[in-house]
Amino acid sequence: MVIERIEAQLPGVVLDRHDFRGDETVVVAGDRFLEVVDFIFGEGFQMLLDVTAVDREDREPRFDVVYHFLNLTSQDRLRIKVPVAEGCAVPSLVSRFKSADWSEREVFDLFGIPFEGHPNLSRLLMWEDFPGHPLRKDYPLDGGDRFCSQDIGASFAPEARSLNS
Amino acid sequence: MEPTPLAATPRPDGDRMIVNMGPSHPVTHGTLHIVLELEGEIIVKATPNIGYLHRGVEKLGENLTYQQFIPLTDRLNYCSSLMNNVGYTVAVEKLLGIQDPPRSRVLRVLCSELARIGDHLVCIGINAVDIGAFTAFLYLFRERETIYDLFEMMAGQRLHSSFTRIGGLFRDIPAEFEPLCEQFLESCPRTVDEMESLLTHNPIWAGRTKGVGAITPENAINWGYTGPCLRAAGVAQDLRKGQPYLDYDSYDFDIPVGTTGDVYDRYLVRTEEIRQSLGIVRQCLDRLKQLGPGPVIIDDYKIALPPKEKVYTRMESLIHHFKLIMHGIEMPVGEVYSATEAANGELGFYLVSHGGKSPYRIHVRPPCFPIFSSFDEQVRGRIIADAVSVLGGMNVIAGELDR
Repeated sequence: MVIERIEAQLPGVVLDRHDFRGDETVVVAGDRFLEVVDFIFGEGFQMLLDVTAVDREDREPRFDVVYHFLNLTSQDRLRIKVPVAEGCAVPSLVSRFKSADWSEREVFDLFGIPFEGHPNLSRLLMWEDFPGHPLRKDYPLDGGDRFCSQDIGASFAPEARSLNS
Repeated sequence: MEPTPLAATPRPDGDRMIVNMGPSHPVTHGTLHIVLELEGEIIVKATPNIGYLHRGVEKLGENLTYQQFIPLTDRLNYCSSLMNNVGYTVAVEKLLGIQDPPRSRVLRVLCSELARIGDHLVCIGINAVDIGAFTAFLYLFRERETIYDLFEMMAGQRLHSSFTRIGGLFRDIPAEFEPLCEQFLESCPRTVDEMESLLTHNPIWAGRTKGVGAITPENAINWGYTGPCLRAAGVAQDLRKGQPYLDYDSYDFDIPVGTTGDVYDRYLVRTEEIRQSLGIVRQCLDRLKQLGPGPVIIDDYKIALPPKEKVYTRMESLIHHFKLIMHGIEMPVGEVYSATEAANGELGFYLVSHGGKSPYRIHVRPPCFPIFSSFDEQVRGRIIADAVSVLGGMNVIAGELDR
């Protein structure tokens, strides 16, 4: 499998691996991530389907950036996870995969994870001056007090939303 | 006749006209905003500005049970909501490591293919309307009405079906379904022929679509294209064949591919896919007859709700019902990515479970998201009218784009 070849070609790069329900997954460190991507590109994983992230609040480093690759010839899939601490950047894949452009912007927008080398790292789904990053686990589901302040109007304040008032 | 892309002639003053297309413009079909920078009629730069339909589906999913998320999947690609239902439940079933009953699998294929036909009809019809061919649209929407009638019979809903359940389906199809479906299988090929006679050899349609949005296979793969747009570029990638789910490998159908990847080829690929899907629907109806009546949902009350008559009469079933509603399904700890071939391409669901009744993280990979991200490259150096046909050919659905 491709993971064995990664381990053989780039010793020490694979921090962890698992294949729950047949989904091959490797965990690699951010500083050697581009080496791995270039290697698997040569192995046929030429389509970057998706970039997303998971906020593991109580773990250090806090985030996992998750990449899903597809090999169109063999129809194999590979998931690469890059753990990253809050405020630290992950190398951008835009120079290799054009599909990384919006996906990385989305992760930056919703998780606040910066991508080093991205040509236009701005918010994608939320507006420019939106406060915070909504998919972080510490971001409240209803947006929190920021959206209930007096600036927006008393009708949105918590006491106005109570059913008993 | 191969129209060459027009080169932008730099104006000495460097003045550019800014034209806002959207957020509410007839050709955007949804709420999209595209800022076009023009020199004369030539697009120098196109900046899509998305997020107007962002509802925080992924954040909501982290606070709902696995079952409660199904209605939210209806609202991703609202032109073919049944296919999103199927894609999501297949993902949850992969996480659980279970399989739904055979009858449910056939019915899922049946409704997916009907939804695919409906989605392609809308895409082609609307693309034609945007370019000025109104007639084809009317013929196609008559067929789509029948598809929605069929959905209503199945799910009780025309648009937001929520038809699937984890481990099977909400219910079996009624007896009236089959005669109407047979009627549809009779009339739809005629309508597709009619549409082809109106469009395929129409010089205006060809002039507006041939060479517009052409893309090489390598470039399309690099952009993350999937579905009809990738196949139009000549890459025979279809998850129904490549990574079969729901026993798609036992059905007989072909994957049409194009050569240039332009809007005209996308149209031809979609047209042929409609015909292939009609063939799969035919096979599904035959299989349903062969299978005869049977359960459409898994017989495991730790995953699927017990039937109502048991809940009202037996204590164990009542307890199972209560436990499932209040505590949800007991999920294994792990993560899965499951992809199905939706009408627009690969629809992926990435689920992370820490046990518990809600997913720890749920991520949707919408097919039109990477496709639409290439919009600037597709229209740069062309005229505004081409932007309209490219947008229609991409079949951008704002609901799944913004989530």
